[in-house]
Amino acid sequence: MAELPSLDIRRLSASTAVPPRIRAEATTEVAKLIDVSKCIGCKACQVACSEWNDLHAPIGENVGSIQNPPDLAADTWTLMRFSEVESAERGLEWLIRKDGCMHCDDPGCLKACPAPGAIVQYANGIVDFNEANCIGCGYCLKGCPFNIPRYGREDRKAYKCTLCSDRVAVGLEPACVKACPTGAIMFGSKEDMIHQASDRVEDLKSRGFDKAGLYDPAGVGGTHVMYVLHHADQPELYQNLPADPRISPVVQWWKGGGKIMGLAAMGFVALGGFVHYLTSGPNEVPEEAEEEALAMRRKTQERSAR
Amino acid sequence: MDNQVRDDGKIVTIPRYSGFQRVNHWITAILFILLALSGLSLAFPSLFFLSALFGGGAAARAIHPWLGLALVVSFFWLAAGLVSRNIIHGDDITWLRNIRRVLANEHEGLPELGKYNLGQKGVYWSQALLILILLGSGLAIWQEYFGGATSIPMQRFAASIHSLAAMIAIAIIFIHVYAAFWTKGTLRAMTRGTVTGGWAYVHHRKWLKEMLGRDSAAAAPAPRARRE
Repeated sequence: MAELPSLDIRRLSASTAVPPRIRAEATTEVAKLIDVSKCIGCKACQVACSEWNDLHAPIGENVGSIQNPPDLAADTWTLMRFSEVESAERGLEWLIRKDGCMHCDDPGCLKACPAPGAIVQYANGIVDFNEANCIGCGYCLKGCPFNIPRYGREDRKAYKCTLCSDRVAVGLEPACVKACPTGAIMFGSKEDMIHQASDRVEDLKSRGFDKAGLYDPAGVGGTHVMYVLHHADQPELYQNLPADPRISPVVQWWKGGGKIMGLAAMGFVALGGFVHYLTSGPNEVPEEAEEEALAMRRKTQERSAR
Repeated sequence: MDNQVRDDGKIVTIPRYSGFQRVNHWITAILFILLALSGLSLAFPSLFFLSALFGGGAAARAIHPWLGLALVVSFFWLAAGLVSRNIIHGDDITWLRNIRRVLANEHEGLPELGKYNLGQKGVYWSQALLILILLGSGLAIWQEYFGGATSIPMQRFAASIHSLAAMIAIAIIFIHVYAAFWTKGTLRAMTRGTVTGGWAYVHHRKWLKEMLGRDSAAAAPAPRARRE
């Protein structure tokens, strides 16, 4: 059941326990900043992720794209998504976006999860799955606005990027950050990363990318994985990065209003029955009715005997 | 046990449900309770402890859809034989207009009814509809086997419909159970299979007449030859 193993938990899925707040204000929020404009598509981040997390995705097939494997999986937590975009004003562009969990400040997976403590948000902003508590329902897949978690076919548990919470906990940067040869992936306090991004955005603007900007979507309370995009006005260009992600209103209703409506229906009926019985009492069959029925039987018997 | 109208000189007993129907009904009832317990454990964090009854969260998650499929089979097996008895007639509307009398335990001024009143028919049709909704939405969110069969937006919709439909179904079952408890003499229809003539006279007089008539007609060719 739900436990609070440390002082650094901000939110716990499906739990009625109150997380500790004693040093919440003092904890620094972290962020990973992915500068898409500096990415050369080498996949060192993918390799470093598999290596550190000891993931062994089966060798796949070449489907004719530099994007390989073709999608995220239970054993592939980060993936360079590759798009070839052609436009009249800019000609041909290769846009490569390192995809993976965005570590939302308001995580839809955690909201949807019915298993106590299977999803944890740490005080530093990292959203982590605790597979020991995962029951394999797949609700996190429905809660996520970015389509990130993947379901393990064999063990029936959900997986995604941990932001290397184990490394971060001991003062190291995530494995992908460590491996990136161009410095396109950076890690630090969220504040520092926003600073870093604004310098870079200015630089990009001075070099003709006047729509460059930081992707830190407010709809999910901001994210702890952010992008510098050269075309921040069109995030969809980067393989459908959502322009305004938020927890789906359907999920909000499922986990909020819908439950209240259902509870109200059950409570109203239960209470109604209770009050009705106390005020009206049992509906009993009077003795005369038994006599009437017997007389009725006799009458029909006589009629058909004739 | 008994599928004939009988009397002991004081009380008439009328057959209402066959042994098969009774077994079927209680299997359906037990499945419904197990489904409600495992479903509620996943719907409300404060009720997660109920999943322990099934061997933990993962086990409750795994068994719930199979119980659901079993309930679909048992419910519709039972319901299929009762369709014609649940068609809504004009008398049902008259009964509904007099619902205040019904609730006040007054037996006068109500129309003579067939095997079921509108309340019972309402339980029948609403459960049939809700179980179909629960089946469809449940398949869509059965991650293990159908996780990739529908889109994520469809699954979100299915999950929210599934939980609300389930809670409405539970509320209707509360009504069903309460009505059997409130209306004395009802429960034996599902335990012994029979009701008393008086019970049928008060609540389902048209059905009583039908049953008595059918019984006498069957007995008529040789009224004295009946084993007694």
